[in-house]
Amino acid sequence: MITVSINGATRQLSDAINVAWLIEDLGLTGKRIALERNGEIVPRSLFATQPLADGDKLEVVVAVGGG
Amino acid sequence: MNDKLIIAGKSYNSRLLVGTGKYKDFTETRTAVETSGAEIITIAIRRSNIGQNPNEPSLLEILPPSKYTLLPNTAGCYTAEDAVRTLRLARELLDGHSLVKLEVLGDPQSLYPNVIETIAAAKTLVAEGFQVMVYTSDDPIIAKQLEDIGCVAIMPLASLIGSGMGILNPWNLQLIMDRVQVPVIVDAGVGTASDAAIAMELGCHGVLMNTAIAGAQQPVLMAAAMKKAVEAGREAFLAGRMPKKLYSASPSSPTAGIINSTRS
Repeated sequence: MITVSINGATRQLSDAINVAWLIEDLGLTGKRIALERNGEIVPRSLFATQPLADGDKLEVVVAVGGG
Repeated sequence: MNDKLIIAGKSYNSRLLVGTGKYKDFTETRTAVETSGAEIITIAIRRSNIGQNPNEPSLLEILPPSKYTLLPNTAGCYTAEDAVRTLRLARELLDGHSLVKLEVLGDPQSLYPNVIETIAAAKTLVAEGFQVMVYTSDDPIIAKQLEDIGCVAIMPLASLIGSGMGILNPWNLQLIMDRVQVPVIVDAGVGTASDAAIAMELGCHGVLMNTAIAGAQQPVLMAAAMKKAVEAGREAFLAGRMPKKLYSASPSSPTAGIINSTRS
Protein backbone atom coordinates (compact mmCIF):
# COMPACT_ATOMS: atom_id res chain seq x y z
CA MET A 1 0.00 0.00 0.00
CA ILE A 2 1.03 3.60 -0.55
CA THR A 3 -0.25 6.75 1.15
CA VAL A 4 -0.96 9.81 -0.97
CA SER A 5 -2.60 13.17 -0.35
CA ILE A 6 -5.50 14.11 -2.62
CA ASN A 7 -6.70 17.69 -2.28
CA GLY A 8 -5.25 17.76 1.22
CA ALA A 9 -6.83 14.50 2.42
CA THR A 10 -4.72 11.37 2.87
CA ARG A 11 -5.72 8.14 1.20
CA GLN A 12 -4.34 4.61 1.12
CA LEU A 13 -3.99 3.11 -2.33
CA SER A 14 -2.74 -0.10 -3.86
CA ASP A 15 0.91 0.39 -4.81
CA ALA A 16 0.24 -0.76 -8.39
CA ILE A 17 -2.07 2.18 -9.09
CA ASN A 18 -1.63 4.76 -11.84
CA VAL A 19 -3.39 8.09 -12.32
CA ALA A 20 -6.06 6.73 -14.66
CA TRP A 21 -7.08 4.05 -12.16
CA LEU A 22 -7.21 6.62 -9.38
CA ILE A 23 -9.42 8.90 -11.45
CA GLU A 24 -11.75 5.98 -12.09
CA ASP A 25 -11.73 5.10 -8.39
CA LEU A 26 -12.75 8.68 -7.59
CA GLY A 27 -15.63 8.50 -10.06
CA LEU A 28 -14.10 11.24 -12.19
CA THR A 29 -13.49 9.33 -15.43
CA GLY A 30 -14.68 11.43 -18.37
CA LYS A 31 -15.11 14.52 -16.19
CA ARG A 32 -13.35 17.73 -17.11
CA ILE A 33 -10.58 17.90 -14.53
CA ALA A 34 -6.93 18.82 -14.32
CA LEU A 35 -4.46 17.02 -12.09
CA GLU A 36 -1.26 18.15 -10.47
CA ARG A 37 1.24 15.68 -8.97
CA ASN A 38 3.79 17.18 -6.59
CA GLY A 39 3.30 20.60 -8.18
CA GLU A 40 3.62 19.39 -11.79
CA ILE A 41 0.66 19.02 -14.13
CA VAL A 42 0.04 15.52 -15.41
CA PRO A 43 -1.50 15.88 -18.89
CA ARG A 44 -4.64 13.81 -19.44
CA SER A 45 -2.88 11.95 -22.22
CA LEU A 46 -0.40 10.58 -19.64
CA PHE A 47 -2.94 9.48 -17.01
CA ALA A 48 -2.77 5.84 -18.07
CA THR A 49 1.01 5.66 -17.88
CA GLN A 50 1.73 7.86 -14.85
CA PRO A 51 2.41 5.72 -11.75
CA LEU A 52 1.89 7.05 -8.24
CA ALA A 53 4.40 6.83 -5.42
CA ASP A 54 4.18 6.84 -1.64
CA GLY A 55 3.95 10.40 -0.35
CA ASP A 56 2.64 11.92 -3.60
CA LYS A 57 0.69 15.12 -3.22
CA LEU A 58 -2.13 15.32 -5.76
CA GLU A 59 -4.44 18.18 -6.60
CA VAL A 60 -7.54 17.54 -8.68
CA VAL A 61 -9.34 20.68 -9.86
CA VAL A 62 -12.52 21.51 -11.73
CA ALA A 63 -14.14 24.65 -13.10
CA VAL A 64 -16.66 26.32 -10.80
CA GLY A 65 -18.65 29.52 -10.95
CA GLY A 66 -16.60 32.64 -10.29
CA GLY A 67 -16.01 36.24 -11.25
CA MET B 1 -23.21 48.67 -36.96
CA ASN B 2 -19.86 46.95 -37.31
CA ASP B 3 -18.47 47.65 -33.88
CA LYS B 4 -16.68 44.63 -32.51
CA LEU B 5 -14.68 44.19 -29.36
CA ILE B 6 -11.36 42.69 -30.42
CA ILE B 7 -9.27 40.87 -27.83
CA ALA B 8 -6.09 39.02 -28.82
CA GLY B 9 -7.19 39.05 -32.47
CA LYS B 10 -10.62 37.53 -31.86
CA SER B 11 -13.74 39.66 -32.28
CA TYR B 12 -16.80 39.68 -30.07
CA ASN B 13 -20.22 41.28 -30.55
CA SER B 14 -20.91 41.78 -26.86
CA ARG B 15 -18.94 44.21 -24.74
CA LEU B 16 -20.42 42.81 -21.55
CA LEU B 17 -18.34 40.11 -19.87
CA VAL B 18 -19.90 38.29 -16.96
CA GLY B 19 -18.86 36.14 -14.04
CA THR B 20 -20.59 32.92 -13.11
CA GLY B 21 -20.32 32.98 -9.31
CA LYS B 22 -22.83 33.66 -6.55
CA TYR B 23 -25.98 32.44 -8.35
CA LYS B 24 -28.48 30.36 -6.39
CA ASP B 25 -28.25 27.43 -8.82
CA PHE B 26 -27.02 26.45 -12.27
CA THR B 27 -30.39 27.23 -13.87
CA GLU B 28 -30.18 30.82 -12.69
CA THR B 29 -26.53 31.01 -13.77
CA ARG B 30 -27.36 29.84 -17.26
CA THR B 31 -30.45 32.03 -17.68
CA ALA B 32 -28.65 35.15 -16.44
CA VAL B 33 -25.63 34.51 -18.67
CA GLU B 34 -27.83 33.88 -21.71
CA THR B 35 -29.90 36.99 -21.02
CA SER B 36 -26.80 39.16 -20.63
CA GLY B 37 -25.74 38.30 -24.17
CA ALA B 38 -22.17 37.90 -22.92
CA GLU B 39 -19.80 35.82 -25.03
CA ILE B 40 -16.88 35.86 -22.62
CA ILE B 41 -17.59 34.42 -19.17
CA THR B 42 -15.28 34.00 -16.23
CA ILE B 43 -14.89 30.80 -14.25
CA ALA B 44 -12.87 29.86 -11.19
CA ILE B 45 -10.61 26.83 -10.69
CA ARG B 46 -11.11 24.94 -7.46
CA ARG B 47 -10.36 21.58 -5.86
CA SER B 48 -12.80 18.90 -6.89
CA ASN B 49 -15.06 17.70 -4.07
CA ILE B 50 -13.67 14.19 -3.89
CA GLY B 51 -16.31 11.62 -3.09
CA GLN B 52 -19.27 13.98 -3.42
CA ASN B 53 -21.92 12.90 -5.91
CA PRO B 54 -19.93 12.47 -9.12
CA ASN B 55 -23.15 12.59 -11.16
CA GLU B 56 -23.86 16.19 -10.19
CA PRO B 57 -23.82 18.42 -13.32
CA SER B 58 -20.71 20.52 -13.72
CA LEU B 59 -20.50 24.19 -14.64
CA LEU B 60 -18.98 23.39 -18.01
CA GLU B 61 -21.96 21.20 -18.89
CA ILE B 62 -24.23 24.17 -18.21
CA LEU B 63 -21.97 26.68 -19.97
CA PRO B 64 -20.05 24.68 -22.58
CA PRO B 65 -16.76 25.91 -24.06
CA SER B 66 -18.29 25.32 -27.50
CA LYS B 67 -20.76 28.14 -26.85
CA TYR B 68 -18.79 30.60 -24.71
CA THR B 69 -15.26 31.91 -24.51
CA LEU B 70 -14.32 30.79 -21.02
CA LEU B 71 -12.06 33.05 -19.06
CA PRO B 72 -10.51 31.15 -16.15
CA ASN B 73 -9.57 33.48 -13.31
CA THR B 74 -7.14 33.42 -10.41
CA ALA B 75 -9.58 34.71 -7.82
CA GLY B 76 -8.34 34.01 -4.32
CA CYS B 77 -4.66 34.02 -5.30
CA TYR B 78 -2.39 36.30 -3.27
CA THR B 79 0.94 35.46 -4.90
CA ALA B 80 2.23 35.36 -8.46
CA GLU B 81 3.19 31.72 -7.91
CA ASP B 82 -0.34 30.64 -6.97
CA ALA B 83 -1.85 32.59 -9.86
CA VAL B 84 0.50 31.05 -12.42
CA ARG B 85 -0.08 27.56 -10.99
CA THR B 86 -3.86 28.04 -11.14
CA LEU B 87 -3.79 29.15 -14.77
CA ARG B 88 -1.52 26.29 -15.84
CA LEU B 89 -4.15 23.95 -14.38
CA ALA B 90 -6.87 25.93 -16.18
CA ARG B 91 -5.07 25.57 -19.49
CA GLU B 92 -4.85 21.80 -18.99
CA LEU B 93 -8.51 21.68 -17.91
CA LEU B 94 -9.63 23.60 -21.00
CA ASP B 95 -7.54 21.70 -23.56
CA GLY B 96 -4.82 24.27 -24.12
CA HIS B 97 -7.07 27.35 -24.01
CA SER B 98 -4.76 30.32 -23.42
CA LEU B 99 -7.04 33.35 -22.79
CA VAL B 100 -7.08 33.96 -19.04
CA LYS B 101 -7.99 36.53 -16.42
CA LEU B 102 -5.11 37.26 -14.08
CA GLU B 103 -5.87 38.75 -10.71
CA VAL B 104 -3.52 38.72 -7.75
CA LEU B 105 -5.09 40.14 -4.63
CA GLY B 106 -3.49 42.16 -1.88
CA ASP B 107 -5.67 41.49 1.13
CA PRO B 108 -8.91 39.64 1.85
CA GLN B 109 -10.75 42.67 3.23
CA SER B 110 -10.42 44.98 0.23
CA LEU B 111 -9.56 42.40 -2.46
CA TYR B 112 -7.45 45.24 -3.81
CA PRO B 113 -4.98 44.05 -6.46
CA ASN B 114 -1.34 43.52 -5.52
CA VAL B 115 0.20 45.06 -8.59
CA ILE B 116 3.76 43.92 -7.81
CA GLU B 117 2.71 40.27 -7.74
CA THR B 118 0.39 40.89 -10.70
CA ILE B 119 3.26 42.21 -12.81
CA ALA B 120 5.47 39.26 -11.86
CA ALA B 121 2.73 36.78 -12.78
CA ALA B 122 1.95 38.58 -16.04
CA LYS B 123 5.58 38.32 -17.15
CA THR B 124 5.67 34.57 -16.51
CA LEU B 125 2.30 33.91 -18.13
CA VAL B 126 3.04 35.95 -21.27
CA ALA B 127 6.38 34.10 -21.60
CA GLU B 128 4.47 30.80 -21.39
CA GLY B 129 2.14 31.80 -24.21
CA PHE B 130 -0.91 32.82 -22.21
CA GLN B 131 -3.12 35.64 -23.48
CA VAL B 132 -3.53 37.64 -20.31
CA MET B 133 -6.46 39.89 -19.49
CA VAL B 134 -5.32 41.53 -16.31
CA TYR B 135 -7.28 42.86 -13.35
CA THR B 136 -5.43 45.80 -11.84
CA SER B 137 -5.76 49.02 -9.92
CA ASP B 138 -6.74 52.17 -11.82
CA ASP B 139 -3.12 53.36 -11.81
CA PRO B 140 -2.32 54.50 -15.38
CA ILE B 141 1.41 53.87 -15.02
CA ILE B 142 0.90 50.26 -13.92
CA ALA B 143 -1.67 49.81 -16.69
CA LYS B 144 0.89 50.89 -19.28
CA GLN B 145 3.52 48.57 -17.79
CA LEU B 146 1.10 45.64 -18.01
CA GLU B 147 0.45 46.46 -21.66
CA ASP B 148 4.20 46.65 -22.32
CA ILE B 149 4.63 43.20 -20.75
CA GLY B 150 2.18 41.89 -23.36
CA CYS B 151 -1.20 41.70 -21.65
CA VAL B 152 -4.06 41.62 -24.18
CA ALA B 153 -6.53 43.65 -22.12
CA ILE B 154 -6.19 45.97 -19.13
CA MET B 155 -8.99 45.59 -16.60
CA PRO B 156 -8.93 48.30 -13.95
CA LEU B 157 -11.32 48.27 -11.02
CA ALA B 158 -14.03 50.92 -10.92
CA SER B 159 -14.36 50.30 -7.18
CA LEU B 160 -13.75 47.32 -4.90
CA ILE B 161 -14.76 43.81 -6.04
CA GLY B 162 -18.35 43.08 -5.11
CA SER B 163 -18.87 46.53 -3.60
CA GLY B 164 -21.34 47.88 -6.15
CA MET B 165 -19.94 51.35 -5.50
CA GLY B 166 -19.82 52.26 -9.17
CA ILE B 167 -17.25 54.34 -11.08
CA LEU B 168 -15.36 56.14 -8.34
CA ASN B 169 -12.56 57.63 -10.40
CA PRO B 170 -13.52 58.28 -14.02
CA TRP B 171 -10.43 60.47 -14.42
CA ASN B 172 -8.06 57.58 -13.81
CA LEU B 173 -9.96 55.38 -16.24
CA GLN B 174 -9.56 58.16 -18.80
CA LEU B 175 -5.83 58.42 -18.08
CA ILE B 176 -5.49 54.66 -18.66
CA MET B 177 -7.39 54.83 -21.94
CA ASP B 178 -5.21 57.71 -23.07
CA ARG B 179 -2.10 55.59 -22.54
CA VAL B 180 -2.83 52.02 -23.62
CA GLN B 181 -3.70 50.61 -27.03
CA VAL B 182 -5.20 47.27 -25.95
CA PRO B 183 -8.84 47.14 -24.80
CA VAL B 184 -9.61 48.66 -21.41
CA ILE B 185 -12.35 46.75 -19.61
CA VAL B 186 -13.78 47.93 -16.32
CA ASP B 187 -13.66 44.97 -13.97
CA ALA B 188 -15.23 45.18 -10.53
CA GLY B 189 -17.33 47.73 -8.75
CA VAL B 190 -20.29 48.14 -11.10
CA GLY B 191 -23.51 48.15 -9.07
CA THR B 192 -26.31 48.98 -11.43
CA ALA B 193 -27.05 49.73 -15.07
CA SER B 194 -26.05 53.40 -15.00
CA ASP B 195 -22.58 52.44 -13.72
CA ALA B 196 -22.06 50.22 -16.75
CA ALA B 197 -23.35 52.94 -19.07
CA ILE B 198 -20.99 55.50 -17.52
CA ALA B 199 -18.00 53.19 -18.03
CA MET B 200 -18.91 52.74 -21.68
CA GLU B 201 -19.64 56.45 -22.20
CA LEU B 202 -16.13 57.18 -20.93
CA GLY B 203 -14.82 55.07 -23.80
CA CYS B 204 -14.04 51.84 -22.01
CA HIS B 205 -14.10 48.93 -24.44
CA GLY B 206 -16.12 46.66 -22.21
CA VAL B 207 -17.35 45.93 -18.71
CA LEU B 208 -16.89 42.77 -16.66
CA MET B 209 -19.26 42.15 -13.77
CA ASN B 210 -20.53 39.36 -11.56
CA THR B 211 -22.10 40.53 -8.30
CA ALA B 212 -24.01 43.40 -9.93
CA ILE B 213 -26.09 40.76 -11.71
CA ALA B 214 -25.91 37.79 -9.33
CA GLY B 215 -26.50 39.99 -6.27
CA ALA B 216 -29.53 41.81 -7.70
CA GLN B 217 -32.97 40.95 -6.29
CA GLN B 218 -33.83 39.58 -9.74
CA PRO B 219 -30.57 38.57 -11.41
CA VAL B 220 -32.03 37.69 -14.80
CA LEU B 221 -33.82 41.02 -15.09
CA MET B 222 -30.62 42.82 -14.10
CA ALA B 223 -28.72 40.85 -16.74
CA ALA B 224 -31.16 42.24 -19.32
CA ALA B 225 -30.66 45.76 -17.93
CA MET B 226 -26.87 45.44 -18.07
CA LYS B 227 -26.96 44.27 -21.68
CA LYS B 228 -28.89 47.39 -22.63
CA ALA B 229 -26.76 49.67 -20.48
CA VAL B 230 -23.52 48.50 -22.06
CA GLU B 231 -25.00 48.87 -25.55
CA ALA B 232 -26.48 52.29 -24.76
CA GLY B 233 -23.26 53.54 -23.21
CA ARG B 234 -21.22 52.32 -26.17
CA GLU B 235 -23.54 53.99 -28.68
CA ALA B 236 -23.50 57.22 -26.69
CA PHE B 237 -19.70 57.14 -26.71
CA LEU B 238 -19.59 56.55 -30.46
CA ALA B 239 -22.23 59.21 -31.07
CA GLY B 240 -20.17 61.77 -29.18
CA ARG B 241 -22.03 63.60 -26.48
CA MET B 242 -22.94 67.28 -26.76
CA PRO B 243 -20.56 69.64 -25.02
CA LYS B 244 -21.49 70.57 -21.47
CA LYS B 245 -22.39 74.24 -21.14
CA LEU B 246 -21.81 75.33 -17.60
CA TYR B 247 -24.12 78.07 -16.30
CA SER B 248 -25.87 78.67 -19.63
CA ALA B 249 -29.05 77.14 -20.95
CA SER B 250 -29.94 76.69 -24.60
CA PRO B 251 -33.61 76.19 -25.58
CA SER B 252 -34.51 73.21 -27.72
CA SER B 253 -37.50 74.94 -29.30
CA PRO B 254 -37.39 77.91 -31.72
CA THR B 255 -37.03 81.30 -30.05
CA ALA B 256 -38.91 83.08 -32.87
CA GLY B 257 -42.71 83.18 -33.18
CA ILE B 258 -43.52 82.80 -29.51
CA ILE B 259 -46.99 84.02 -28.46
CA ASN B 260 -46.20 86.66 -25.89
CA SER B 261 -48.89 88.88 -24.39
CA THR B 262 -46.44 91.36 -22.91
CA ARG B 263 -45.15 92.28 -26.38
CA SER B 264 -47.35 94.01 -28.99
